[in-house]
This record gives sequence, C-alpha cells and structure tokens, in this order.
Amino acid sequence: MKRRDFLKASVGGTVVALSGGSAIARPNLEPAPEAIGMLYDSTLCVGCKACVSKCKEVNGMPPTIRGEDVQYDSALDLSPQTLNVIKVYRDGKAEVKDSETNGFAFEKRSCMHCVDPGCVSACPVTALIRHEQTGIVTYDADACIGCRTCMTGCPYNVPQFDYNNPFGEIHKCQMCNQAGVERIDNGMITGCAEVCPTGATLFGSREALLEEARRRMALKPGESYMYPRGDVRDPISSHERAVPSYLQHIWGEKEAGGTNVLHISSIPFDKLGMPPLPDRSYASISETMQHSLYQYLALPALALGGLTYVIKRNVDDDEGGEK
Amino acid sequence: MSDYQPLERRVITFPFIVLGIIGLIGLYFLAHRFLFGIGSVTNLNEGYPWGIWVVYDIVVGTALACGGYALAITVYVLNKGKYHPLVRAALLASLLGYTMGGIGAFIDMGRWWQFYNVLLPWQMNFNAAMLEVALCVMAYIIVLFIEFSPVVLERFGARDLMKKLEKVLFIILAIGVLLPTMHQSSLGTMLIVMGYKVHPLWQSLHLQPLLALLTALTMGFSIVVFESSLSAVGFRRTPETPLMTGLSKAIVGLIALYLVIRFGELLFRGKLGLIFAGDLPSLMFIIETALFVFPLVVLLSEKGRKNARTLLYAAVAMLFAGSLYRFNAFLIMYNPGHGYSYFPSIPELMVTLGIVAIEIMIFLYVIKRFPVLHREEHA
Repeated sequence: MKRRDFLKASVGGTVVALSGGSAIARPNLEPAPEAIGMLYDSTLCVGCKACVSKCKEVNGMPPTIRGEDVQYDSALDLSPQTLNVIKVYRDGKAEVKDSETNGFAFEKRSCMHCVDPGCVSACPVTALIRHEQTGIVTYDADACIGCRTCMTGCPYNVPQFDYNNPFGEIHKCQMCNQAGVERIDNGMITGCAEVCPTGATLFGSREALLEEARRRMALKPGESYMYPRGDVRDPISSHERAVPSYLQHIWGEKEAGGTNVLHISSIPFDKLGMPPLPDRSYASISETMQHSLYQYLALPALALGGLTYVIKRNVDDDEGGEK
Repeated sequence: MSDYQPLERRVITFPFIVLGIIGLIGLYFLAHRFLFGIGSVTNLNEGYPWGIWVVYDIVVGTALACGGYALAITVYVLNKGKYHPLVRAALLASLLGYTMGGIGAFIDMGRWWQFYNVLLPWQMNFNAAMLEVALCVMAYIIVLFIEFSPVVLERFGARDLMKKLEKVLFIILAIGVLLPTMHQSSLGTMLIVMGYKVHPLWQSLHLQPLLALLTALTMGFSIVVFESSLSAVGFRRTPETPLMTGLSKAIVGLIALYLVIRFGELLFRGKLGLIFAGDLPSLMFIIETALFVFPLVVLLSEKGRKNARTLLYAAVAMLFAGSLYRFNAFLIMYNPGHGYSYFPSIPELMVTLGIVAIEIMIFLYVIKRFPVLHREEHA
C-alpha cells in the first residue's frame, strides 16, 4: 500500500470508528434476575422523615441539625452524612396535598439503584458494583481513587464525596446491604421501608413492586384500597385509604434503562425534581463508543502497526537522504 | 555538532521571580488541601464534583499540551521534515503540560493514596472512558520523557546512549502519536455518560470523541504557532513565519472540519434553534463559535497566513476557542439541576495558577540551559 493510501484509509477508519460506525452497539442492561427495590408512593408520604432518621441510625451517620431550636434531623438534601432525604414541592399557597397548583407534595431522594447504572459504567477502578443477583449498587472504598467520575455519571446526583475529610470517601445508599450492615442478606428489609408508617416507602422485588404500582395506577380515584407497609409480599401491616388520582407514570420503569427504586405520584415528576431522561441509558451509549473503539484493542493495534511502519520509513528516508 | 543550542540567557529574571511567588502561593494552598481535605480549598459541592482542577489542569491543559502531538504527526507521519526545528520546543511544552495534567489529576484525586488501583488489572473497568484516559495519559507522559531525553543526553554528551535510543525511537514516536489520539478522544467520551447535565448545544453523544480529538489537534497546531511567535517577540529571535504559514493551512482544514461536524450534529438533531434562545448557553455558543471562525477567516487568506502578527492573533483565538469549548462542555454548561452552582474559590484558583507558573518557570529554565531551540541561521 502506498503511504498516501494508507493515510487516507487510516483517517477514514478513525472517523468511522469515532462516530460510532462500528456495529458493536451495547443495549441497555436488563434488570438483575432477582432485582430488589423499593416503591415510593409520594401520595402516601406524610413527610415525617422517620426514614431519614432510621437511615442515619443504620449507616451510623449524625443527624443534620440546623439552628438551636430544631431538635430533629433537618437535612435539606443529600450529603456525605445524608443518604436519604425527603424534599417538598410547594406551589402558591401550598394548601392542598398532592396538587400541582396551590399545593404541596413530598419526594424522596436516595439512590435509585439503576438497572444500567451510570456510576458503575463510569468508575475506572470498579469501586461501584451492581450485584449480579439483586441489582443493588454498592461501593468499595478500598478500590476507590476518589476521582468522582461516578458523581458526573449519576443522573440523580446521588454519590456524595466527603470533601471535608482529607481521607474522605463516596457515600451513597447501598440498600442497607453493605458489608457490616447486610440487612437484606439477613432476610431483613431496608431501614427506611421498615419504619415508614404509611407504606410510602415499600420494600420488595422489583417485579412485585412494579406489579403493585400498576395495580394502583388501575384503581379509580376515591375507591378504597388496602395499602401494605414494609414488605410488599409480606406486609408488616396494612391500612385502608381512599385512592388518590395517580399520574399514569411509574418513574423507573423505563427511565434511562429503568431503576430498582420506583416512584409514583399524582404530580409530574419534573416538578418533584426528577431529571429529563430518555429511555436509553447514557451508560449504554458511552460503552458502545468505548467498545467500538477499543474492542480487543484491535483498532489501536492496527493504528500502531501502521504508524510504526510509516514513521520508520520516514525516519530512515531522512537519514539516507539530505543529511 | 547539534542544530540546537541552549539560549544562553540569565535564568533569574524579574518575570521568573514573579512566577516563583505565584508558584509558592499555589504550593501553600496545596499543602492545605492535603492536610485538611479538598473542601478546605475548593468550592466543589454535592452537584459539582469537578471544578477547574479537573477542567483546566487536565481537560484544557492537556489539549494545550498537544503541540508535540500535532508536530509529531506533521514531521514523522506526514514526513514534512522542514518542521523539525520546531519539534524540541513543542515536545518540552507537551512534556510539561502533560506532567502538570498528571499532577493536577493526582491532587484532585480524593483517595490519592489508592491511585495504584488504576494499574491493577483486576480493578480495571474497561467500560470506563476514565480508565482509558488515566492509563493513556500516564503512558504518554513516559513516552514524552523518552522522546525528550535526547536533549538531556546531548547536553551531558552521552553519545553512545543517544545512538542506541535513536535506533528504537521510531516505535516510541509511533506510540507517541497513538496515545494522544486515544486519550484525547476519550476525554470527549467522558461527556456522554453525563447525559442531560451537559447542555444540548454541547451534548453531541456519539460525536463527543471526534470533536474532542479535533479540538486537541487544532489547539496543538495553534500552540506551536503561538509559542514560536511569542519566543520570536520575547527573545528577539528571527520569526519562523514561513514554517508557520504551512501549519496554519492545517489549522484551517481542521477548523473547517470541526465546524461542519459541530453544526451538522446540531442540524440533524434539530438543536440549531437553541443558538438563538438568547440565554447564557446561546451567548457562550456564539462567543465560542466566533473564536473558531476568526482564525478560519484570517488564515484563509494568503496575506493572513504570511503576516506574523495576524498569525499570532489567529493562534490565540484558536487556543481560546478550543479551551472555551472544553470549559463549556465540562463546566460552564454542565448543570446537575437541584439548584447546585459552582464558581472556583480564590485558593482553588491559586493552586491552578501556581502549577501553571511553575510549569512556565521550568520551561524557561530548560530552554536557557538545554539545547531545545533551533539555531537561528537554520530557522
């Protein structure tokens, strides 16, 4: 091959490869076979924050106290000391619960345990791991280098780095199953679901929770329904309540490949602070690019071969020629 | 007798002392960072994990250090030997820029004492663009040291070692072209997983690696033009303008290609309207695009390419264009929502300025004491 042809071919190849021309598309990941999750029903939440308090107890984190008069945990948002927080949506006079106008609504922020997690995909050292069976996303501080790429890759801004500690680490909800806690492995349920008085946070398999969410969507507003507390399959107790008018949208069924923690509510999710997400996960697009360019290191090896050949020739030419 | 010679001038000058003071202030805050944590020095927060340490020191800094890469392609791959006189100075700037990028990555690393995990095969996540960037940048720093070592060997008269090195240098040169191609494009890939947080005008998804690579190349060529013009002015050396006009043709081609792809993406994904939204993103986009178009227009005319002054202006505009593109994509137009905001703190800025100051000090020292610049009569 002539040098000029080689250059043309290699430039062309690079352009095709860089624009994702190679067909090694990586689709969204599928839910783990025994995916564990939670269902948060915003209409059931009364904003008591028992879940926030229990979460801190389980994870050994101090309550966030604002001002001397406030004697309860009043964390405003996720932080290295707050892995789960209840936030409030307010509009106008904020008089009616679960009303978009002149109303208010609660929303839970915690790790959504994505089916196709951006943090896991972006972490260079495998410090974030999606469990093969349960789909729970856990963190390994011994592997972590603190580059915080997981934070950039999380659509929900969940992983939190402790900047104020010179030996800080990432903190995130690990569904009460991290080493040393292992509530799920021991047959228990998550702390937040255990203490929730209304069943707004419900524990269970992703499948069972999706089923429960769909059942609620199908109910007529005003109808009476027995809401379970604790574990969806094995409730701690149940309570009867009139069905609110649900928004026909289960957050986490499809968003960016879906999540194991599902949310339902009666007001639109963007009002509750959920991000604008397409169905295809960003992780799958990013990995498609990485795999197209670096599968078996074939392209780099080919490029290196070509470059070595051309450069050797050019360097030899110079030595034999003018000098 | 070598074609290169040290610029025998005084090292300790007034600018050198000023740079030294800035460097010391930077080091002071750096000590703070290691003793009391990243939070004691930076304004990083729950929504903004990356600030100027990552975005300037690594993302923009390594692109500004692509002069060695751009010239290696020109001289060794495209066989334009006439540009050889520029190689050593460009290599030195690349070597320093990349080393500072590596240091920048290390000081920003929250768990730096575990940094070796990147090198452990069983820890590596091959799906992550960040792994690729980390490994390639580390490898490239080593390659740059080897590429530059003939200068040091020549200075200390180690002729035998130099001959041996020259025999295998072609492999090192080939790797030295491959590695930046890989990690500069992967820097772009890192933006994909950020998804909606990057404003649609900058979130080109599949095209991110290609746009990142093109900006790295244009910035690489421009920094060569810039450094050459500046050293001509600063040290009153004969300008290397004839060489520069050739390089500027390459810049024209690259900018044109970049703009076609950039606007093509916006057109096909129906995002052109966002340019005229009249908000901050549209303003930043217009400024950024103007900075790309200015050098293109200037260098399109033969008169513009041959005038040392317009060349310098064009190079500076291009450097700002590429830097702003990367700043916009990674930081200014990065919006995690939830009302989070970020602006660097003074100590945080001082660390970055300090690192840059030390980098310039080393550059000045080396060109004055080592054979880096080409003899004038050959230029």
